[in-house]
Amino acid sequence: MSTAAHRTAEEIGRTAGGARPVPPLGVQKAAADLSHVDTTLPNGLRVLSVRKANVPLVEVRLRIPFAGADAMHAANAEVLAETMLTGTARRDRVEIDTELALIGGELSVSVDPERLAINGNALASGLPTLFDVLADALTSASYVDDEVARESARLVERLAVSRTQPRVIAREALLKHCYGDHPVTREIPQAEDVAKVTPEQVRALHSRAVLPRGSVLVLVGDFDPQGVVGEVEKALQGWQSDASAAVLPELPVLSGGDVLLVPRSGAVQSQIRLIGQALPRTDERYAALQLANLAFGGYFSSRLVENIREDKGYTYSAHSGFEFSGSGATVGVDADTANEVTAAAVLETLYELGRIALVPPTEDEVESVRQYAVGSLVTSTASQAGLASQLAALAASGLGVEWLAGHPGRLAAVTVDDVAKAALEFFAPTRFTGVVVGDADSLAPRLAALGGFTVGEPAAS
Amino acid sequence: MVGPMAAPENSRFTLDNGLRVVLAPDTTAPVVGVSVHYDVGFRSEPEGRTGFAHLFEHLMFQGSESLEKLAHFKIVQSSGGTFNGSTHPDYTDYFEVLPSAALERALFLEADRMRAPKLTQENLANQIDVVKEEIRLNVLNRPYGGFPWILLPPVLYQTFPNAHNGYGDFTDLEQATLDDCAAFFDTYYSPANAVLTVAGDFEPDHARDLIEKHFGDVPHRPAPAKRSFVEPPPSREIRDSHVDPHAPLPALAVGYRMPDPINELDGYLANLVLAGVLTDGDGSRLQQRLVHREPLVTDIGAGAGLFGPFEARDPDTFSVTAIHAPDVSPDRVLAALDEELEKLAATPPEAQELAKVTARWSASLHSEHDRLVSRTLGLGSFELLYGDPSLMYRLADRMAAVTAEDVAAAAKALRPDSRAVLLVEPKNEESK
Repeated sequence: MSTAAHRTAEEIGRTAGGARPVPPLGVQKAAADLSHVDTTLPNGLRVLSVRKANVPLVEVRLRIPFAGADAMHAANAEVLAETMLTGTARRDRVEIDTELALIGGELSVSVDPERLAINGNALASGLPTLFDVLADALTSASYVDDEVARESARLVERLAVSRTQPRVIAREALLKHCYGDHPVTREIPQAEDVAKVTPEQVRALHSRAVLPRGSVLVLVGDFDPQGVVGEVEKALQGWQSDASAAVLPELPVLSGGDVLLVPRSGAVQSQIRLIGQALPRTDERYAALQLANLAFGGYFSSRLVENIREDKGYTYSAHSGFEFSGSGATVGVDADTANEVTAAAVLETLYELGRIALVPPTEDEVESVRQYAVGSLVTSTASQAGLASQLAALAASGLGVEWLAGHPGRLAAVTVDDVAKAALEFFAPTRFTGVVVGDADSLAPRLAALGGFTVGEPAAS
Repeated sequence: MVGPMAAPENSRFTLDNGLRVVLAPDTTAPVVGVSVHYDVGFRSEPEGRTGFAHLFEHLMFQGSESLEKLAHFKIVQSSGGTFNGSTHPDYTDYFEVLPSAALERALFLEADRMRAPKLTQENLANQIDVVKEEIRLNVLNRPYGGFPWILLPPVLYQTFPNAHNGYGDFTDLEQATLDDCAAFFDTYYSPANAVLTVAGDFEPDHARDLIEKHFGDVPHRPAPAKRSFVEPPPSREIRDSHVDPHAPLPALAVGYRMPDPINELDGYLANLVLAGVLTDGDGSRLQQRLVHREPLVTDIGAGAGLFGPFEARDPDTFSVTAIHAPDVSPDRVLAALDEELEKLAATPPEAQELAKVTARWSASLHSEHDRLVSRTLGLGSFELLYGDPSLMYRLADRMAAVTAEDVAAAAKALRPDSRAVLLVEPKNEESK
């Protein structure tokens, strides 16, 4: 790379003045109060509308509890999500897309064992059309034979690919190991079930389960939050039922136990997935536990990441984080490692779990994660879309704007001692169970040396 | 109706060392975005050093005179922020988004590595490994890796800057030396070759003082002379094929040349509208025909720029990509594409078709401007490429002004006798 005379790398990295100190943080302003309305319509739908007028757009998040116990539920639900917007009594697929496009709009549907989620956005001026299309789909989605057949076939292809992904295999094994045949374990339907789905089944599921009572609609955008509730009520007046949307049965509480080594012959990489019981956001100890988790493995500068990624190089990604379901929550610890270091990575992970419980985070560690927690809440809710997604997650747990506004204060009030107590109670290694997915021939002898491992497939559902 | 975009009060100025600055205050949320764009991307890499611009981007995170290795990550995160960097055809950007209390820290981090990055043999060797791992992950070990951004340019273009692989060949990456790094930094990472953007919640006078304080003593070095990457368009259809061991289905990419993004902006925008008419949404022409009606393909898309529009100077690429069933020949897909382009060239699209595309563009631009990361990076790249950051806020109106005749003309210019066709073949499929 010949250019005119240039300095050497060493000369470039040095100045006459030498190293300079990192400037301190300034004073952080709080996010502005959000003008909002949180109400329940006569049809049982909770509507949370929040004015945020940065740009002339609206964001929509609808969450419908969507649990089902029968063996075909996951397959039927997935096909329903794929085809809900492919036609209604009044519009075909192209007409739906055309009307949405003319208001700069999008709608999409997805489903998991707990909820059906409809997400969308549009120019604020197009809100009446967005509500009209949404209402049309909720009350008269037609699931015509052709669309159901075509989308089912596409889904079967995609499922075949996704079931070869190590992360998907590990996720399924973890859920089955922890929760047996609870419906939460059926996150991804079986391809052979999807192939059996009929349009009649999907239509029946829609009329039985796509219900307003117990569901929540979050609206964020450039509108009058009171007026928009009236518009929603009018648009959705045809969406009625006395029945309530189906809530997923509570998950059994985890109490620790053996880690299952799930054989995947010939794999070069292993997936480590540990899980323990945690606290819901409504618990008064939640903020302290949130900080304990961040210090353990919840961000780049955490103990776990520094140990197994930065110091030992066992993994590119190590992470711990919460999952919320019903009135409960769990904390998961994940890492993907090369086979030869998997057992050592498990050892270090268990060591860090023990260490955070017994040698609690220092004042510096707590201050750093407190800044991170407050800062990431502020940055993630600065945009309309970010705020809408955050509120939808809170609203699904029965919370709302007040929780969001109060959380920086709760984080600020947490003491080092609170964090130590939460870490001792929730991060002790004996509280965890989980799976390691990988090549059993090479992994089993080493993991056996650690103890607390059994080998096998998770209990079949 | 689509209203005009509210352009906030931006200010621009240049420090004595040549650093251009864009300030875009907005107090609706207590967060701030800081970015630095350097006017060098992978098109400027010398022969024998493919992938060097991206490798160098990695090195810029490995420490500087005041910051140990990893300090950058730790400081941003413990301030509650996020960071990243990315390498594009004609520029390389770095950014932080943080609570507004951390503004000075972000400026400090960027200034320190603009002044004195720590370029060491150890970091270079380590980052060559990291980049190779990234390429294995994103290109070599995944279906359709590098499709079409690495695979299409060598078919469409003849000259090294436009045709080569911007991720780099492993042999080239391994030969990179510390002296290459020093030369690259001194040539391209001068303040006079960079744009600093600050957007979000700050007091402009205060920000100006902080910028002067931290960047003011970064020594001036002259910006390198601007290079032209212009080359003639292909004079026939050029085809090539690539075997992808992970791809479940065959795919194809068609590449065309398009109007100069900088000097023929309206023609460029007409191509963007054309791409929307062809493939945006279930009601678009190629989605309706090729995905739903016939159906020949499982996925189809069209667009300007191999990473998205407004990322490069001339020449830029218009591409159409499709994934199709093994029993569908690529020629059937190409024939359908040509037929739809001919129809559009002969009969301009209806007003409603244009309205659909421009409304979706308007909403997606608003949405991008609402996300502080993309607003900050957008202002910086429009200053760098166009010398006009506020153009970003006028794009939706400029697109709404594109006429049906403009779109017909754009369709007519996508000629079958001046394009590149790349076929991706799954390993176990017979070549067609």
